[in-house]
Amino acid sequence: MIAQNIGFWIIAVLMVVSALRVVTTNNVVHAALWLVVVLAGAAGQYILLAAEFVAITQVLVYIGAVMVLFLFGTMLTRARIGAESDLNNSYKKLGIPVGLVMLVAMGLALTRSFGDEKLPESAKVVSIQEVSDQIFGPYLLPFWALSFVLLAAVVGAIVLARKD
Amino acid sequence: MSALLAEVPYWGQSLLRVLGGIVAVLLPAGTIVYIFLFKMMSFMQSRLGPMEAGPYGSMQLFAEVGKWLQKEDIVPERADARIFKMAPVIVLLSTFLLVAVVPFGPDAWFTDFETGIFYALAVSSISVLGILIAGWSSANKYSLLGGLRAAGQLIAYELPMVLAVIGVVIQAETMNLQKIVVAQNSGSMFGIDTFGHPYVISQFIGFVIFMIAIQAELTQAPFDMPIAESELVSGYMTEYSGFRFLIFFIGEFATAGVFAMIASVLFLGGWGVPFSWFGWTSIDSIDNWMNVVGPLIMFTKMMLLVFIIMWIRFSYPRLREDQLQRFAWKGLIPVALLNIAVTSILKVVF
Repeated sequence: MIAQNIGFWIIAVLMVVSALRVVTTNNVVHAALWLVVVLAGAAGQYILLAAEFVAITQVLVYIGAVMVLFLFGTMLTRARIGAESDLNNSYKKLGIPVGLVMLVAMGLALTRSFGDEKLPESAKVVSIQEVSDQIFGPYLLPFWALSFVLLAAVVGAIVLARKD
Repeated sequence: MSALLAEVPYWGQSLLRVLGGIVAVLLPAGTIVYIFLFKMMSFMQSRLGPMEAGPYGSMQLFAEVGKWLQKEDIVPERADARIFKMAPVIVLLSTFLLVAVVPFGPDAWFTDFETGIFYALAVSSISVLGILIAGWSSANKYSLLGGLRAAGQLIAYELPMVLAVIGVVIQAETMNLQKIVVAQNSGSMFGIDTFGHPYVISQFIGFVIFMIAIQAELTQAPFDMPIAESELVSGYMTEYSGFRFLIFFIGEFATAGVFAMIASVLFLGGWGVPFSWFGWTSIDSIDNWMNVVGPLIMFTKMMLLVFIIMWIRFSYPRLREDQLQRFAWKGLIPVALLNIAVTSILKVVF
């Protein structure tokens, strides 16, 4: 597991640095591009966990779709080149404590539920058949709920976009 | 490649894979540019095309590359220099990532991904990112408009492309490109197994949708709104010169080649010939010479598909933005969804 551990730490440090750059950079588009690095790092971590399908989904959904739409939206409306001064606002004081609380809560949840549990020495790549058996078996209800939420979002978008 | 390279150490394998990837990207790109862009377009327009450099102008490409390499690398004064320089590399990176899953023979592959086609669709969408930031960082209104048009178009046409692939995945029962090739060449149609079962026949609607979608993904006319030269100078590429323009140029035609390879794997049986011709029963019983002949078969099929793409490119005028979006959302996507429904019903019934 040594190679995977080294890989994990390299990617993890890269992700943390990029995540900090997302909030400290003074340009909206730069922030979005740093976020791309964070999301790509997450995909890399999934690959280290032998979760091939999740990693590819991460790239397809977050880098290929969400971030492209994000950049598309900002470029269409307000993205200037160079430093912008009005990116910081007073919510910063509220945001930092909330972020720290989230970090502690998630850290506790992870250590409490997994403890000293270790990954198997030779992790087996999970096949798509197993993933789909899980989604359309025990996790069918959450899957339906998610689909319903997305459908509601689509209907909402259409209602907002319609002129009449 | 697993069997061929069993004795080579891991670093040697990696080096050979990188070299193979470079060949698999650049060789088709060069051939496509010379045969189709230089010669076929010229003949369609009743002229000879380049004739001076080398016999029949065949060395023209090297002359062009040499010309681009010695041009000055200009970055506009108000541009975002770092991102401006990064953008073409991201576009070319997506092409190199894409070629990694294409199988060229029974043992001649770079990686044997279980989720091959899904991976290909995912990494092909990375190029949109490069195009968007190229348009934005140029500090040029034409470039920005070109980048935004490109993003809108590429998102719209990625959907029918994904949906068209699902039909093939349902029929082959796998996302592994190698297994899709085997499924087509060892299958049979109506009990006759002389021709295998290329999905271009049973998935003809999917094939047509996929080809239209890759035409749009490659921003080839009639879908060349993002680089419309009469409206936007050259779209997101306007400010690029020399080496960086060359990277965009290689990226465009290399991606055309790789997409055509993926289309030939999905619909035309890829590197294979029907297994019944030589009495092969599974992928392990295929003779070793297929590792040499396979890439050639693949190359032929790729050239055939690129010929169709270029033929359409040189024949049709540009679509308008609203026509382009309506065609994707109201035309291709409903048909592709219907195709999936019909395919899955037939798959369950038979």
